[in-house]
Amino acid sequence: MTAAATTPATSAPTPRRGLRLSPAALIWPAMLYLILTTQVPFFMTVYYSFFRYNLAIPGSRPFVGFANYQNLLTDPQNLHILWNTVVLAGGTLILTLIIGAALALLLNRDFPGRALLRTLLISSFLIMPVVTAVVWKNMLMNPVFGFFSWVVTGLGGHPVDWLTQYPMASVIAMITWEWTPFAMLILLTGLQSLPDEQLEAARLDGASPWQEFRYVVLPHWTQAIQVVVLMETIALLQVYGEIYGSTSGGPGVATTNLPYFIYQKAFAEYNIGLASAAGVITVILTNVLAAYMLRLLTRAGRGE
Amino acid sequence: MQAQIRLRNALLTLVTYLIAAAFLFPLVWMFMAAFKTEAQAFATPPVFVFTPVLENFGHALGSYFPALRNSLVAAVGSTVLAFILGLPAAFALAVYPTRRAQGVLTWMLSTKFMPAVGVIVPLFLIFRNLHLLDTLPGLILMYTTMNLPLVVWMMHSYMTEIPYAIYEAAKVDGASVGQEFFGIALPLSTPGMAATALLCLIFAWNEVFFALNLTNSDAAPLSVFISQFKTSEGLFWAQMSAAATLTVLPVLIFGWIAQRQLVRGLSFGAVK
Repeated sequence: MTAAATTPATSAPTPRRGLRLSPAALIWPAMLYLILTTQVPFFMTVYYSFFRYNLAIPGSRPFVGFANYQNLLTDPQNLHILWNTVVLAGGTLILTLIIGAALALLLNRDFPGRALLRTLLISSFLIMPVVTAVVWKNMLMNPVFGFFSWVVTGLGGHPVDWLTQYPMASVIAMITWEWTPFAMLILLTGLQSLPDEQLEAARLDGASPWQEFRYVVLPHWTQAIQVVVLMETIALLQVYGEIYGSTSGGPGVATTNLPYFIYQKAFAEYNIGLASAAGVITVILTNVLAAYMLRLLTRAGRGE
Repeated sequence: MQAQIRLRNALLTLVTYLIAAAFLFPLVWMFMAAFKTEAQAFATPPVFVFTPVLENFGHALGSYFPALRNSLVAAVGSTVLAFILGLPAAFALAVYPTRRAQGVLTWMLSTKFMPAVGVIVPLFLIFRNLHLLDTLPGLILMYTTMNLPLVVWMMHSYMTEIPYAIYEAAKVDGASVGQEFFGIALPLSTPGMAATALLCLIFAWNEVFFALNLTNSDAAPLSVFISQFKTSEGLFWAQMSAAATLTVLPVLIFGWIAQRQLVRGLSFGAVK
């Protein structure tokens, strides 16, 4: 595998100094590391998911087949959590796409301070999720002292307890704030690779701004949009710190998604079996989408 | 017509500035609170003009240092480990691609899509048995897992950009694989390494899930420290803001510097 590649075909045999390494030996450490820390624990998760296994009840670990999965997919409260996971990810995705696209289009024009604004606008994406959560929860959304309530009162309304009255919408707003710069960055980069001539040609042909967007910008944008959709879907199905730091999944289970549910089951109730089954479901959900993402990336790689 | 276009442009610029201001507000509000007194920080109506004080930073720093140290060690340690494991792999895949190279790369990327919740339960049990819970080595191990695929992908893409003729010339001179790696691939991809390292540091610094579930006190990084403020109903907002400001500032600066590479890294090279 390696000898043919490393032996120079033309030169006379020269004495080799230094390290003698075969290329495959260079790849194995990284592969082995990833197998040990991702593949192996995942198969253990799958294994645990078929048992009733609670750390609080030592010694008893009966095999229960698909009972944990059945529980997850039939219990109304658990179905609610599955639904929350999808609403949270989908709602945030749609909002970040719309706002991110608008910002990308606005920033793709020439105006004073453009580079500075672009740089500053990345900021909310760089903030640690827990910081975002505690700052929004306390300083912005607190019903009594929070900034938003002050604004609402100033406009003649009553103070709002955002995280209690509109828990899911508030969490989506917070995570949208965090992820919009990601959409903006990728979409703006995609937009900047659009040749100016194409836009000029469309304008010379008398295209309206909408036609220009619909027939010139949008087709060119497809790949960037796909990247945003898939990367965000994968990331947003795993939202955890924002919920941990703000609502703790409440009130009730109003903002509990799969990752937060797994944390509660595994580390508060020690219900390893059920938490594992929920983990497997999250992985399946994510991987169905990731498979699509990989196809897209491979195609993009070949296109270059 | 010309005047109309100019007016439209000015309006669009204004809108852009307004949206940007709205997006930056939560952050600015946090920075401001860090320099207020506790009473000013949660006053209603909000205080916009005040004499800045520095005492919050003093208070925050008191309990902040162990967490800061843990965050630094975990971020730097995991970045170094990910580079030690990832650079040779990226080099081999870029310079000696076999039929399976693309498959290996794709597989590595797929581990990045493995949700942490799919592995956390067994990892917790393994860590408990190996006494890795609440230790920095444990945290470093997991952050390396998180960043290793990124290092391989990013460095692979930078190393394939080095003209192959340079390697060929070295081979003719009888260079070994090791000499090609240390003499050509590494020196010629230094900018890529810097960008990749910045990304790894940002991701490890901001990581929350493993931090909250695998540490609690001794090895608790900043994310765990900050989450303690989640129930501070109006109390200690200034202190919380000071600690949060110190926590996000390094990442903001790194991120602003590395914004171009951010796009490349976040999309695994699909968008450049």
